[in-house]
Amino acid sequence: MAEGKCITKIEQQESTETMIGARILLECLRKEGVDEIFGYPGGVVLHIYDELYNCDYIKHYLVRHEQAAVHAAEGYARATGKVGVALTTSGPGATNAITGIANAYLDGYPIVVITGQVSVDLIGNDAFQEADIVGITRSCCKHNYLVKDVKDLPRIIKEAFHIAKTGKPGPVVIDLPKNVIVQKAKFKYPEKLELPGYNPTYNGHPRQILNALKLLYEAKRPVIISGGGVVASGANKELTEFAKYLHIPVANTLMGIGTFPADDKLSLGMLGMHGNYWANYAVSNCDVLFAVGTRFNDRITGSLKKFCSDAKVIHIDIDPCSISKNVNVDIPIVGDAKNVLTQMLAQAQKREHEINVDLKDKWFAQIDEWKQKRAMPVVNSDKIAPQTVIQKIYEYTKDIDPIVCTEVGQHQMWTAQLYKFNKPRQFITSGGLGTMGFGFPAAVGAAVAMKDKVVLNIAGDGSIQMNIQELMTCVDYNLNIKVFIINNGYLGMVRQWQEKIYNKHYSQTQISSPDYVKLAEAYGAIGIRVQKEEEIVPAIKKAIEHKGPVFVDFIVEPFEMVYPWVLAGDPINKVLLSNDVVDEP
Amino acid sequence: MKHTLSVLVQNEAGVLSSLSGLFSGRGYNIESLTVAPTIDNEYSRVTIVTSGDEKVIEQICKQLHRLIYTLKVAEISMENSVSRELVLLKVTAKDEDRSEILRIAEIFEAKIVDVSPKTYTLQIVGDQSKVQAVIELLRPLGIKEIVRSGLVAITKENQFMMNGK
Repeated sequence: MAEGKCITKIEQQESTETMIGARILLECLRKEGVDEIFGYPGGVVLHIYDELYNCDYIKHYLVRHEQAAVHAAEGYARATGKVGVALTTSGPGATNAITGIANAYLDGYPIVVITGQVSVDLIGNDAFQEADIVGITRSCCKHNYLVKDVKDLPRIIKEAFHIAKTGKPGPVVIDLPKNVIVQKAKFKYPEKLELPGYNPTYNGHPRQILNALKLLYEAKRPVIISGGGVVASGANKELTEFAKYLHIPVANTLMGIGTFPADDKLSLGMLGMHGNYWANYAVSNCDVLFAVGTRFNDRITGSLKKFCSDAKVIHIDIDPCSISKNVNVDIPIVGDAKNVLTQMLAQAQKREHEINVDLKDKWFAQIDEWKQKRAMPVVNSDKIAPQTVIQKIYEYTKDIDPIVCTEVGQHQMWTAQLYKFNKPRQFITSGGLGTMGFGFPAAVGAAVAMKDKVVLNIAGDGSIQMNIQELMTCVDYNLNIKVFIINNGYLGMVRQWQEKIYNKHYSQTQISSPDYVKLAEAYGAIGIRVQKEEEIVPAIKKAIEHKGPVFVDFIVEPFEMVYPWVLAGDPINKVLLSNDVVDEP
Repeated sequence: MKHTLSVLVQNEAGVLSSLSGLFSGRGYNIESLTVAPTIDNEYSRVTIVTSGDEKVIEQICKQLHRLIYTLKVAEISMENSVSRELVLLKVTAKDEDRSEILRIAEIFEAKIVDVSPKTYTLQIVGDQSKVQAVIELLRPLGIKEIVRSGLVAITKENQFMMNGK
């Protein structure tokens, strides 16, 4: 009741109080339920920072680079499902944000990025710190706005949040000129949206659902692929229930990790370039492929021509563009994964069709046979195997239910392979854009969002150096982030390609690092170095027990390779299991 | 294979740029593109002539539809539509060619809109085959300059076109 009274009070204020654009912005953010944002101040946004100075309802986290602000906003969005918000100044502040925006666009996570802009009358004059951000971001965001009049600001912010979080989620950029920031207007937040050109489809077409179910009932060798769309729509429960009800094995993409419990016996784990041998084989040999919320990226299909060439394909996606873009689909279902799976489950549970579980006995026996083929570490040395580190991290941290971020490279694939996730929003990684330097700031966002959780960032020695400045942010806010550096002295994934494909010409991939222990200490954090296998667990334990940021530098065998490995362009059932073993049908 | 797409968009700043950026960013062709407001100034009609196989055209339509300011995307087929292009064409008019040019103009109902001692400027309105025929007939005489509006098209029946709402 008290809350109700409070709202009435705010409504009264709306119609009477005149305020500047900067304040209107904050009021709009409050209306959207935003209480934490990431940003970096600068010239044209000073009025916004002046409003933030006495603002008790929005906490601003000061990062050390605008790219990190946007990644942090995405990490926040990934961990919570809410819209993450980043604020930057114009010109270089805004251009620094581009990588973050593109990353959120390719992986489909909801963020709103507010960039400052020079005054409207200066736009186009090459003014100080001017950059055409609406032009630059056009191809890497879901939508963008240049606000020309403060009266449009509330409507634009409402639209921006709506667009960011509905349909296929994505980043929306709002470019806010200086004169609009200081312009005065009466604040009134619109109640209704008017976006005649934007109507995502949520429910699946009933006839398509019947067609899809018919195929799945009769399938002898069905497989489900679960992608990032299942995370976005929160459909993991429905997907799990559906798979179990029809007794269908589930493979997941990198983005779909955690959407189906990894320890379930129906789980095939990750498929694709570094996916499980049996997942790739199951998908290659299935007769019905049921894909949910994936856009069939080349990292999971390999050679498109040979991908599932004998299978009927059913595909649910909320973005019609993802359907039949790469893989030709027999039964397309445009809709939200959660809605469609709920519809399908309800229909299946009517039991108009008998579900014959025995039909698939042979199929599961075949899959069990494939499961015998596993990749093992390939180098025999007295140094620690990187896989061992990840395995130990998993064993030691699985019970504390941490959020696990990664950077991009070998360590990312090993984490995806070896860390078992049973629920979504626990694994945060850059899939589509493959952004080195994403994990650490994303961990900042996740740690801000989930204050009672331990956040891990499993990193490589190459990628950690791309946004290492964020250690200061972690120290400032005492964020409970453990950075586990898998330090092999190389850009490992690129080195791996050079070893196999480029005649061991390790061109520019050997990379030096600072002393991470001293570096951590210089920032005011804790640093630990691990060189022997028996030191791994005590180091992890010490890192977890300390409440605050810790760097652990694991010195590992440099020439270890990520297997299984399907070379780019090969069909996904041509799997390398070690340096010498190629397994193909 | 050429395809004509008719796209209804909200008349907002940057729409044309996102639309054309989509074509360049995803490697699609634009043969011609015209844009003008509909009867309702809040909306614009964009007519795009593009090429590609069926799969590419399907993707283009979906991608166009994905833009927030796009209301409708329709592929216009030859059979169910009327399409026209306006061409202004400056042709060398030597004394011995002048009557031939006028004859061609008459046959194709082209107008002479400017005359100089050495040139005629013709205005031709027609569908793509007519425009192409005139150009080919005049080419041997020496076309000095040509300016084309790009194709516009309208469906014959009121199946899916929104005439500005």
